[in-house]
Amino acid sequence: MSLLVLQSAAFAYPGSPPVLNGVSAEAGVGELIAIIGPNGAGKSTLLDLIAGHKTPASGRCLVDGRDSAATPRDAWCRLVAHVPQQAPANVPYTVEEVVLTGRIPYGRGLYENEDDHQAMEEALERMRLAPFRGRSFQTLSGGEQQRVLLAAALAQQSPVLLLDEPSAHLDPQNEARLWTLLHDLRALGRLILVVTHHLSLAAHHSDRIWLLHHGALAADGPPAAALQPGRLEAVFGVPFHRHTGEQGRLFLSYGD
Amino acid sequence: MAIELRHRARTVLALSALAALLAAIFCPFLGGSGMDYANLLRRQSPDWPIFVNLRLPRTLLALLTGAALSASGAMFQALLRDALATPSSLGVTAAAALGAVAAISFAPAGPAWFPLVWLCALAGAATVIALVAVLSRSRKRFSAYTLLLTGIAVNGICSAIVLLLHSLAGITKSFQITHWLMGGIAPVEYSVVLLLAAVIVPVCVWALRLARVLNVVSYGDTWAAGRGVNCRQVTWRGFVAGTVLVGTTTAVTGPIAFVGLIVPHLLRRVVGPDYRLLLPASVFGGGAFVAICDTVARSVLAPIEVPVGVITALLGGPFFVWLLWSR
Repeated sequence: MSLLVLQSAAFAYPGSPPVLNGVSAEAGVGELIAIIGPNGAGKSTLLDLIAGHKTPASGRCLVDGRDSAATPRDAWCRLVAHVPQQAPANVPYTVEEVVLTGRIPYGRGLYENEDDHQAMEEALERMRLAPFRGRSFQTLSGGEQQRVLLAAALAQQSPVLLLDEPSAHLDPQNEARLWTLLHDLRALGRLILVVTHHLSLAAHHSDRIWLLHHGALAADGPPAAALQPGRLEAVFGVPFHRHTGEQGRLFLSYGD
Repeated sequence: MAIELRHRARTVLALSALAALLAAIFCPFLGGSGMDYANLLRRQSPDWPIFVNLRLPRTLLALLTGAALSASGAMFQALLRDALATPSSLGVTAAAALGAVAAISFAPAGPAWFPLVWLCALAGAATVIALVAVLSRSRKRFSAYTLLLTGIAVNGICSAIVLLLHSLAGITKSFQITHWLMGGIAPVEYSVVLLLAAVIVPVCVWALRLARVLNVVSYGDTWAAGRGVNCRQVTWRGFVAGTVLVGTTTAVTGPIAFVGLIVPHLLRRVVGPDYRLLLPASVFGGGAFVAICDTVARSVLAPIEVPVGVITALLGGPFFVWLLWSR
């Protein structure tokens, strides 16, 4: 059985049209999937369902054979780590303390143990955050905060990692490093789902594209197959052009 | 690091417990009416009975009240994500006041009115506790914000009825009502102290165990949920626990403002934002603070007793402003 299974997962806010109309998909270990689609297509909601922040109105979301609706939060967070789009405001903790919050799902007692500190050190190292360890989270820039939140998710050591527009605040160097990091994590057997609007980067780096449109999967496949200009135009409402760069690298441009 | 935080937590716990212990030891010996300590040591009247039956239980009541108010204040500031949240934010103090005022207004005049007033205040508080529990458990769309607004409405309604009863009351009852509404630590029976301790100590211990989770809950549901916290459960349990703490103490002491708001903020400046340090510091520090304020309240204008709320505000307020601006 696949690590992640979505069975006709649907979601609607009360009194509003559904945000997700029955998404069915499977994903396994060592996959890097980019979730793309227009604003309001349901990308973040889909991540929220997988993260367990929302319960499907109908259908199911299974990770490692366990149902999100029937699994306690701490157990679910040992399976799935979610890096939200926005950092919480006015967090008075240091970088180290924020990263250690990723260990709460493992916490039995009031204090962190040696394992927790080891996980934190690894995460700081991986995100090149060691020089920031004692800094106050709220004094960091948006991009630095994003990296700290990603480090906290890494410290969570879950097989599934969800990232909601992780490169929104990142400069090119850090964005390139992020994708390298995701490749490394994929090699370690993690399943990574990234919501992004950077279609060319998604095309180059991901194994698979989930194209969401009106709360349903309009395409699910390898980038070359999923990112057809005609289909993208139908979904995004602007003309798309495909270009091929060196070594067959795929680029997309859009607009007139 | 792990060792460092644990070490700091132990130090904070030890120091604040020491402060509470010192307050418990010294406060009963101090007071405006002057005490013949030789007489006290010989266990002779009137000093020995005053010490044992009045001052000691009074100090214990002050410690318990301070602990309950500031622990629940710290907890509510986390759960409501509101720096201005107080233990009264959910309306429990106003409801207790309504119970007490109703009891004073409608009870026949007589010497045995204390337990009745206390029970009615407790009933008022219990009504709000039940309301909080039912609302936050049963409603599907539950948010701390809705609960806070409900609390403001409950506050308004209860205060209005208190005002109505007060305006209808005769001069004697009006005095009793005013006296109750001023709040204050009064000498109580040991049975009352024991009863309060039986409620407050376990609830405080429970709250302390919640500290690590409160660290993330205080900065957003989504963040906390992403860290494996069942936010809804933590929130409603925290509200019920905090309301129980405030309701039971307020029923005995009447409303004591300021402690639940200022003590946690004051200590946050000293020990930092981590609830694993802040909550134990609040429990013991709050207790010591109220015990000291009560000692000042009964000494400063002796033989007149100043309501303890006056002292908590006059002592804590300037100190807090100084702390706020000195960094």
